[in-house]
Amino acid sequence: MDVGTLLTVQLPTLLAVVIGVPAVLAGYIVLGEFLVRRLPDGVRPSVRPWIWVGPALLFVALFLVYPVFGTVYRSLLAGKDAPGGAFVGLGNYASVLTLNNFPNGGVWIAIRDNVYWLIFYTILALLFGLLLAVLTDRVPYETPVKSLIFMPMAISFTALAIIWRFMFSYQPPGEPQTGTLNAILTGLFHAPPITWVQDERVNNFALIGAAVWGITGFVMVILSASLKGIPGELLEAARVDGAGELTIFRRVIFPLLMPTITVVGTTLVIFALKAFDIVYVMTAGNYHTDVLANTMYKTLYLAQNFANSSAIAVILLIAVIPVLIFNLRQFRAVESRR
Amino acid sequence: MTIAHEEVAAPVQIGVAPRILERLGSLPLHVGIIVLTIAWIVPTLGLLVSSFRPLGAFTTSGWWTALSPPFNFTLDNYQHILNTSNLSRSFFNSFMISIPATVIPTTVAAFAAYAFSWMRFWGRDWIFLALVGLLAVPLQVTFIPVLSLFIKWGLSGTFLAVWLAHTGYGLPFAIYLLANFFRALPTDLFESAEIDGAGTLTVFFRIVLPLSVPAIASLVIFQFLWVWNDLLVALVYLGGTPEVAPLTVTLVNLVGSLGQGLQYLTAAAFISMIVPLIVFFSLQRYFVRGILAGSVKG
Repeated sequence: MDVGTLLTVQLPTLLAVVIGVPAVLAGYIVLGEFLVRRLPDGVRPSVRPWIWVGPALLFVALFLVYPVFGTVYRSLLAGKDAPGGAFVGLGNYASVLTLNNFPNGGVWIAIRDNVYWLIFYTILALLFGLLLAVLTDRVPYETPVKSLIFMPMAISFTALAIIWRFMFSYQPPGEPQTGTLNAILTGLFHAPPITWVQDERVNNFALIGAAVWGITGFVMVILSASLKGIPGELLEAARVDGAGELTIFRRVIFPLLMPTITVVGTTLVIFALKAFDIVYVMTAGNYHTDVLANTMYKTLYLAQNFANSSAIAVILLIAVIPVLIFNLRQFRAVESRR
Repeated sequence: MTIAHEEVAAPVQIGVAPRILERLGSLPLHVGIIVLTIAWIVPTLGLLVSSFRPLGAFTTSGWWTALSPPFNFTLDNYQHILNTSNLSRSFFNSFMISIPATVIPTTVAAFAAYAFSWMRFWGRDWIFLALVGLLAVPLQVTFIPVLSLFIKWGLSGTFLAVWLAHTGYGLPFAIYLLANFFRALPTDLFESAEIDGAGTLTVFFRIVLPLSVPAIASLVIFQFLWVWNDLLVALVYLGGTPEVAPLTVTLVNLVGSLGQGLQYLTAAAFISMIVPLIVFFSLQRYFVRGILAGSVKG
């Protein structure tokens, strides 16, 4: 690293941005307020809010709203560099979906794997998260245990993928296994080692398992907070009535946690549909582990096909829309209860 | 007295057996939790231990063998990877990307969230609803148009591009989180400030901001870790340029380029985890609060 440019260019830039940007924004608000005060009383309340939300709306419009429409538009145009292409309707979708031996190749593998992710990632994360939330609630050493299980949430999926690459590492039978999982497999169960990442019977589930390891803490923390919100008298009353712990869980705790489980579940579904980093780092989508987000990236950067890449992105968006609508309904329901 | 003693002692003696049974009954619970916790620690522990093992040991035996004597640990892996790769530069780049990409959206969001929670304007609730909807939108849908913009503006491959993109991407969540907090502030506060003749600016800078430090702290930590750990946005807008690559991108490149020296990857991965782990363990309270406040970020 060139220490010279670091000290003379980059650090000053960092400082200028960190101090300058908030200062400029505050200056903009103060100036806006100054100008608003010159306005007649009647107009003032309808102008002021737009000054405050203006920068945010500009960013969101430019980096989220406009590109979504832009991508949908590009997905309907021919050619690699979309803006110049002719209108082809759903042609790009047809080409994306039929590329490489329909239905055993290309995007169909990715769609199949996304369905795996959707089902197994969501269910396993909820299951482990719920189990850990309920179990740790009953012991005095709850905090350190939760902290340790939550820890993977802090690290990047890239680091997570590397951690699990070593967990999954494989040596031919007879050689000492250095990967934890294969060592357990051969040492404890006397079974032959498995190529976790390459073997197409297990590799998708291996990747999903690694992802579940990372997200369980998130589920646990949210469910645990919700669990603490259940009044103790309620459980006490059930116990007095002679209900066993399992019955209490099934009849009292679980129904009361259901709204939270639903919210966490939808978040997990979104995560599952967007899965990228782990697949990209571990297999780059090889060995039939591709997912849509990775296919989109490959089509964009390796194939440099902007039209097809846009179409894949839109397929991903369409997959998210039911969840998005559900989220909005949920939000409005909460708002109306306020 | 003796009778009294017996009377007192008797229930205690009866009580011991059920208590032991109770303890034994909760034994599966403790075992279950401990087994799960160990299962959760092992992957990270394995990486950490491996990163301190000498080169020869790594390929011939599992990391757990290093936990028994003779203890044979070394810093060689760290030394080697820092000297031969782009890692130290990337470490700096990650700060260079993450700090502005946290400061900018937090500031922009604070002003907007205040307007959303305490001002009335046309379309306010609908715009807020749209922001909630945008939380779920996959970033993939935005890449190509935004990339074209960056290329047109000559920003592709610069820090500025990722700062701007992360600001746009982070804002819906940031506004959502802060607005929820601002709205929960007591109305009397604003009324009495108004009676005292305080203007909008005074209310915001003197009352709302100081009271919202916990929420802002949550947001800052969340956004910082989000950006620090991001791979996809950096890959797309920075490309493969090593001069600007953050840790995540360099790590991925090492996965591809190390080949036989895969063992150095353990040290590299751990270096990339240091900052998030420090942030996490020192500020966990705020991090958890951020997660609880808005669990729909993606």
